[in-house]
Amino acid sequence: MDFQVVVLAGGMSKNLVPLVSKEVPTALLPVANRPVISYVLEHLEQNNLKDLIVVVEGKDAALLVGGWISSAYVDRLHVEVAAVPEDVGTAGAIRAIAHHLTAEDILVVSGDLVSDVPPGAVAAAHRRHGAVVTAMLCSAPVSGPLESGSVGGKDKIKRPGRYDIIGLDPTKQFLLYIATGGEIEKGTRIQKSILRPAGLVEIRSDLMDAHMYAFKRSVLQDVLDRKDAFQSLKQDVLPYLVRSQLHSEALPKGAPLVEENGNEKVSTQNNQAMVSRILANASTPSFHESYELGPNGSASVRRTHKCGAYIASNSKYCVRLNSIQAFMDINRDVIGEANHLSGYSFSAHNNIIHPSAELGSKTTVGPHCMLGEGSQMGDKCSVKRSVIGRHCRIGSNVKIVNSVVMNHVTIADGCSIQGSVICSNVQLQERVSLRDCQVGAGFVVTAGSEYKGESLARKEK
Amino acid sequence: MEPRRTSRTVSDPKVRQVGFFTSQHHHHHHHHLPERSFSEPPLPDPFHTSTSTSSAPVTDVSPSGNLLSPVMILPSRHHSDNLHRLSHRATSPTASFSYFARAVVVRENDDSLLSPGRRGIAVKSPSSVVAASSFPKGGFDLTAVKASSVPASKLTTVSVVNLPPGISEKAGGASVEVQNDRPAKSKPLKQKTSKAERRATQEAQRAAKAAAKAFFNLLLKLAVDLYSLAEGSKTSAAVPGPVNSANTKTAKSPKSPSQKNDAVSVAAAEKKAGDRQLEKDRKKDVPHPRMQYDDQSRVEKAKRRAVVKQTEARNRVELFRHLPQYEHGTQLPDLESKFFQLDPMHPAVYKVGLQYLSGDICGGNARCIAMLQAFQETIRSYSTPPEKSLVRDLTAKISSYVSFLNECRPLSISMGNAIRFLKSTIAKLPLSMSESEAKATLQADIDRFINEKIILADNVIVKHAVTKIRDGDVLLTYGASSAVEMVLLHAHELGKQFRVVVVDSRPKLEGQLLLRRLVGRGLGCTYTHINAVSYIMHEVTRVFLGASSILSNGTVYSRVGTACVAMAAHAFGVPVLVCCEAYKFHERVQLDSICFNELGDPDAISKVHGREEINYLDGSTNSENLQLLNLTYDATPSDYVSIVITDYGMVPPTSVPVIVREYRKEHLWI
Repeated sequence: MDFQVVVLAGGMSKNLVPLVSKEVPTALLPVANRPVISYVLEHLEQNNLKDLIVVVEGKDAALLVGGWISSAYVDRLHVEVAAVPEDVGTAGAIRAIAHHLTAEDILVVSGDLVSDVPPGAVAAAHRRHGAVVTAMLCSAPVSGPLESGSVGGKDKIKRPGRYDIIGLDPTKQFLLYIATGGEIEKGTRIQKSILRPAGLVEIRSDLMDAHMYAFKRSVLQDVLDRKDAFQSLKQDVLPYLVRSQLHSEALPKGAPLVEENGNEKVSTQNNQAMVSRILANASTPSFHESYELGPNGSASVRRTHKCGAYIASNSKYCVRLNSIQAFMDINRDVIGEANHLSGYSFSAHNNIIHPSAELGSKTTVGPHCMLGEGSQMGDKCSVKRSVIGRHCRIGSNVKIVNSVVMNHVTIADGCSIQGSVICSNVQLQERVSLRDCQVGAGFVVTAGSEYKGESLARKEK
Repeated sequence: MEPRRTSRTVSDPKVRQVGFFTSQHHHHHHHHLPERSFSEPPLPDPFHTSTSTSSAPVTDVSPSGNLLSPVMILPSRHHSDNLHRLSHRATSPTASFSYFARAVVVRENDDSLLSPGRRGIAVKSPSSVVAASSFPKGGFDLTAVKASSVPASKLTTVSVVNLPPGISEKAGGASVEVQNDRPAKSKPLKQKTSKAERRATQEAQRAAKAAAKAFFNLLLKLAVDLYSLAEGSKTSAAVPGPVNSANTKTAKSPKSPSQKNDAVSVAAAEKKAGDRQLEKDRKKDVPHPRMQYDDQSRVEKAKRRAVVKQTEARNRVELFRHLPQYEHGTQLPDLESKFFQLDPMHPAVYKVGLQYLSGDICGGNARCIAMLQAFQETIRSYSTPPEKSLVRDLTAKISSYVSFLNECRPLSISMGNAIRFLKSTIAKLPLSMSESEAKATLQADIDRFINEKIILADNVIVKHAVTKIRDGDVLLTYGASSAVEMVLLHAHELGKQFRVVVVDSRPKLEGQLLLRRLVGRGLGCTYTHINAVSYIMHEVTRVFLGASSILSNGTVYSRVGTACVAMAAHAFGVPVLVCCEAYKFHERVQLDSICFNELGDPDAISKVHGREEINYLDGSTNSENLQLLNLTYDATPSDYVSIVITDYGMVPPTSVPVIVREYRKEHLWI
């Protein structure tokens, strides 16, 4: 279908700091014991997109990601990994691999997207409208562990509007305005020049840009070339394209017609014009076309391009792993309500316990839980709505609720873990109590300590 | 009502049929034009041209051959065709052999002549392959990259799909159904049988069949028990090839071939071969039967083949059960989500299909042009797969595209004609033509079709129609016909003083778009809905209508509501002029708008767009007692049409079959 797929796997996201490390870049963070990028790759594979370019920030991260992909997807996907320097941003990443892009349209997917929205739908909407860019919008997630009930530890409350403000046209097919929530503090301006032809702008704050875009390649490359300062697709390129849609500098529209402009006949030109007029008259014009025509139907030189939007239906799951909260939400959802994404088959108790895992007596593992390969649990433990990784050794009388425990973690007797993330190779000594904490890889929590809402990590040497 | 009845009885089909052949009847028809019809144009040129082009007037076939009138019309094409064919048949065996021989010679010549060129191509292709394969290794010219702050990065291939060569071609495509639930562990790629493999199995099965047959005969001769025979056949069928479980069926199928005498069967086969040719020819003439959607089994079959997932609407009007009607709103998202699974579909075709489905493109001309342009695009990027001939493969491809488009929205008659044209052009390509030449010819032919049959035709129509517009006229039009729009705009440019009444109807309200454009150009307009047509008709002096098609009995098949407008005009004695390009004519005869029609979205008429408070039907749309009918087309009897303005001039609707007959050849083989 003449689409190329670019997966932006990122590097080490600062938002996820105690969780990610040199050994574990964002793309490899485990979600239900599988790296998060595998969700994107398998989703694409299901949709018959087997030729992918994965862009990773940082050489070491690229090696790690590339190694993992080659081990997991050999013979299934044709993946090429490109390493770009760190902190070039998403736009920079595309710039760096621009010379590999040859197809007519490019599908850019964020590597941290966990979703079951068919990418084909975005691409089809893009093609149907002949848009320059089509962004997938999904409903903004309701964040936070709903049933933890505790008021404390919600230190992230300070950013209520962290999602995007999106303006749509009345048919909900075109983007008229987009701003990331962070930018809007006091107020925002919407250009009258867009408002007038569109007639009506619907401003929505319950939608989120899911970072899955279909770009027209020529336009994307053109914009990236001209605007050196653009760093991010989401914050620079997309708003720019949306802003300039009615006074487009982007695409040379009549290019194919001009080519054969030899001194042959004027009549062919007339015929072409007539054909295009018949076609244009036949369709219900979007506001772009009616604007292009001008007020009195005379063909003017106004040039426009379209910025499409595809709104995923509410029944689809679509969340980005871009914060610790999102990490916990996704882990919870993937083994909970959105369990078709995980690809595991659930037991009768609605949980997954690997056959090689060992449970002590009177230990209960509740529904929506996952216990990885080779993990051992002592007696009288209780696990609720949590993911436990591979080869963990958990003592007796341990309580784990709403938490994510990664691989090779040792938890001694009598610990209590609530709403926390425990990274790989962490050691929790006796009677540790953690609540809403993040424990970085390799950290050792001393016996009897109690933490609440803290981020614990080893000091970097 | 009475007078209308009588007029209808006069122009009953039989009388008309005669009218095509003799000039008297033809004139007789002209009397039937409404009294108010204006000065008759000098007799439509089709007749004259036909006499000049027709070389051998096969007079003995024509019923009235002896009294040849000044206007001579050839007998129907079928007659002459049959004669032609018969003469061929008379000399058939030798003729066909010689034909083959000649074909072979041509082949050889062509090879020897063209070989340098071919070699050039052959050399070229591996080099391109090399370039392609070196791509991931960083073989790109990095200097070409625009300097930016970010150094260009190399790609490293970390995972490659290694598939057996036979499968690799197909591995991407074909899988149409979406797999929602994934098996737990990395599951191996489903092995899809490639086309070649399928053919191989078919052939193997055929061989198995033959073997089974032979075995049967042998056993009979040896007079062995029937039971053991059946057993034996099964085992023998399994022997000759990698045919798996499927072949048990084929082995069973030759039920009692043993009884048949060999000699007889051979003779029968020969006879069959002779017949087949005849049958094939006959089949070509018979229009393809349309799918009847009240036929359960066929619908099921079609559904399995379908690309677009279609859920049948439940409450359908009894009379229109034979037409396809689907739950609207479910098809588009489904088709969209399958975007990447439809590999064999060309993007251009896919896009057009989406636009049909979503209603982004409507209108006969626009749909036809969009389709032809998409086909042009596919031909441009087409390359014949190895060991296939362009003619056959491309025809098959086009057919698959057409069926896809048909699923998106039933084809219009104009599109059907255009497809027929394209297919016959492909079939007519000389074998000796190289691929690039053939592609170029086809593209040029499509261009020519668009230019001559649509654009030029419209220009001619405009020229003719403008002569019928006088100062002070009030012209009424219905819906939004592209031809009528051009007529109005051109007449306005010529400085004629007239007013336009745009009549519109829900739910499409296409007239508003037309109105907007007309008003934008400075025409004086009145806009009204079809409910008021009898009121507004008082002041109208001419009615200009567009048409989706004009059928052989002069019936105008057009946007629903046209018949109503034409009838009102007829009642008021206002002449009705139908502007229709000749490529939209069709040889079918249709007396009503029931047997062929298109059903629109029933929701469109139960809801009023933009007015949410009108929701009286909410909740009852699914009740058994309510059936919503949103027809798309209707048929206007020719009695209500004063004149048809087409690219061959202005003709009465009764002359449409003449044009169809005389120019069909030209339509098809330009």
